[in-house]
Amino acid sequence: MLVSLFITCYNDTLFPETGRSVVRVLERLGHTVEFRPEQTCCGQMHWNTGYLQEAIPILRHFVEVYRDAETIVVPSSSCVSMMRDHYLKAAEMAQDASLRADVEALLPRIYEFTEFLVKKLGVEDVGAAFPHKVTLHTSCHSQRSLHLGDIPIRLLKQVRGLQLLKLESSQECCGFGGTFSIKNADVSSAMLADKVRCVLNTEAEVCTAVDNSCLMHLFGSLHRQRTFVRTAHIAEILASTAGERA
Amino acid sequence: MKPTPSSHWQDRDFPAAAREVLEDSQTRSNVRHATNVIQAKRDAVTGELPDWEPLRDAGAAIRAHSLAHLDYYLVQFEQACTRAGGQVHWARDAAEANQIILGLIQRHHVDEVLKIKTMTSEEVGLNPYLEANGIRAHETDLAELIVQLGKDKPSHFVVPALHKNRMQVREIFQREMHLPELGERPEDLAAAARSYLREKFFRLKVAVSGANFLIAENGAVCIVESEGNGRMCLTLPDVLISLVGIEKVLPRFRDLEVFLQTLPRSATGERMNPYNSIWTGVQQGDGPQEFHVVLLDNRRSPILGDAESRQTLQCIRCGACLNACPVYHQTGGHAYESVYAGPIGAILTPQLHSMEEGRSLPYASSLCGACYEVCPVKINIPEVLIHLRGKVVEEDQKTLSGRFGMWNLGMQTAAFLFASASRLSLAQSLGRVAQKLVVNKEGMIEHLPLLLSGWTQTRDLRPLPEQSFREWWAERTLQTDAARTDSGAGGQATGRGSSHGE
Repeated sequence: MLVSLFITCYNDTLFPETGRSVVRVLERLGHTVEFRPEQTCCGQMHWNTGYLQEAIPILRHFVEVYRDAETIVVPSSSCVSMMRDHYLKAAEMAQDASLRADVEALLPRIYEFTEFLVKKLGVEDVGAAFPHKVTLHTSCHSQRSLHLGDIPIRLLKQVRGLQLLKLESSQECCGFGGTFSIKNADVSSAMLADKVRCVLNTEAEVCTAVDNSCLMHLFGSLHRQRTFVRTAHIAEILASTAGERA
Repeated sequence: MKPTPSSHWQDRDFPAAAREVLEDSQTRSNVRHATNVIQAKRDAVTGELPDWEPLRDAGAAIRAHSLAHLDYYLVQFEQACTRAGGQVHWARDAAEANQIILGLIQRHHVDEVLKIKTMTSEEVGLNPYLEANGIRAHETDLAELIVQLGKDKPSHFVVPALHKNRMQVREIFQREMHLPELGERPEDLAAAARSYLREKFFRLKVAVSGANFLIAENGAVCIVESEGNGRMCLTLPDVLISLVGIEKVLPRFRDLEVFLQTLPRSATGERMNPYNSIWTGVQQGDGPQEFHVVLLDNRRSPILGDAESRQTLQCIRCGACLNACPVYHQTGGHAYESVYAGPIGAILTPQLHSMEEGRSLPYASSLCGACYEVCPVKINIPEVLIHLRGKVVEEDQKTLSGRFGMWNLGMQTAAFLFASASRLSLAQSLGRVAQKLVVNKEGMIEHLPLLLSGWTQTRDLRPLPEQSFREWWAERTLQTDAARTDSGAGGQATGRGSSHGE
């Protein structure tokens, strides 16, 4: 299958290793990956911060780049939730019927990375090995917007050597929330402190998630406190094999 | 003329007010404990219902229908209530509501009245208004009594004294009820409140209440409660005045079938409220012989006119969104500086103030969606929060300080960069150079300037890596194509570059 990768702006800029891992997993499963270099951002930051008019050209650009793509895979549940929850409304706001039609046609072809593996490909064992103690933060959008349920867990359970440790209150927000983490830095930090406490209680070596946004937030505190607990996007764990660490 | 604003709460913005609460470890611990307990009970009693989701759908549909035909149902309610012997008054705003209620009380020459917990009266600032006019209102709900005696403000509209623990309540009662020997057991506190209140129930002739629901078809009014203080106020006095927001009307009596299931389960984690009172007008020789309903608009009409945020008015004030909210867990209700706290308060309050106050409230959420998930009438609170953020930004951009403020400049710059991939790549390259100013010896960013300093106050940041993903991809495509050419496979580089599985 030909898979168009939408890497997302922050993975492109800050977490290229996640993108490389997605490519490695998909190619290992025998699929062809294409990267459309015209891609930029889904518009979520602007939309969620209230810059609705400014978000519209960004999402319009996304739609134009991917209009003819068969299957689009995105290693970020929050960007996918932006598309599924808000693109139609944005098109209505722009009073653009053709944009709306494009969005309607495009949405069913967009998948979050783990959702693509399990729901579309029907694969749970991607041949990965990662001999570490891992805990999973179930990010808000992955649960409450995409309803991924136990999909990430099913994938992690098939990873050789991986010991999955249960994270208490894993459904509670880590406090990132995009610009919320800056606009309400104190409250965000208090939420993060609770989350980090739960992560440390698991005694995991690595905290994973399907979103690097939450992980960047968690890493910020884990590193500031010199806990040396690592964070890694789930794609990096799934890309690891006995011979090759992601 | 602008309607007079509601009671005075909005002094500081949310981040500043929240900071004060975050430093108050006692309040935080009380809030955390209480919300955890209520939420666990709520989860248990909603989870046991096989038709919980259909009940939410039905609740949302009934409330949306009522709002879509509010003009019809309000007039129907007025006619039915009047036929049954009630008197209906219409109040455009807080000032009108207060004047109407004061006038009704003064007719009976009393200077004390009973109150049943009503957030609507908090919204219009009824108690201070009556006080200024020589009338003392006695709160009879236990939590409201604690708040009133403690000269405090409610922090949760179902559990107003949620931020106080037992020992703090005991101190307030000892001081205000003159009971220095009062014990600390729950039954000691309840007994003290009971004897304090009972005297008032028997003596006072006028009561003021709110309402959970109005029933259009028969003019009935419904109140659910846990303590029986409501039942006392609804039956003992000669005169009952109910102040109710216009959005609280339901078309039919049978609609209560849905809400008397979803409201108690969502609000307090009870399968049913201990007291469900429904009364219709006046019954001779039974209960209050004079009954008034004051229907309050107070800027609800403009919300009704906004298709994006109309769903705000579907709210049945269960408070489940407060208990589920990770922001509320940290801050409790006072940080919202509003009668209505939590996620629903964050959308309702600024709208009740025509977006002139409470403008920081739509941002008091990480948009995690926990509120929407528990809402028994399916208000998509995150969606409305974003809609209101849009209004805040739009208003800000009309001012010079807003247009040239850091947020707008930052967002406009980002929008410019995201408009094309070449701009984004250029920004990535520039970022790698510029970050040398902030990357420390360990190769980490511990201090960021200006807006971004909020991030580094508690969080480190990994610098931009040497190579972006798009650069890695371009390099890989070049290598692959070169290898193909070398091996004579005749592979050709595609503009987009795609690579096959190994």
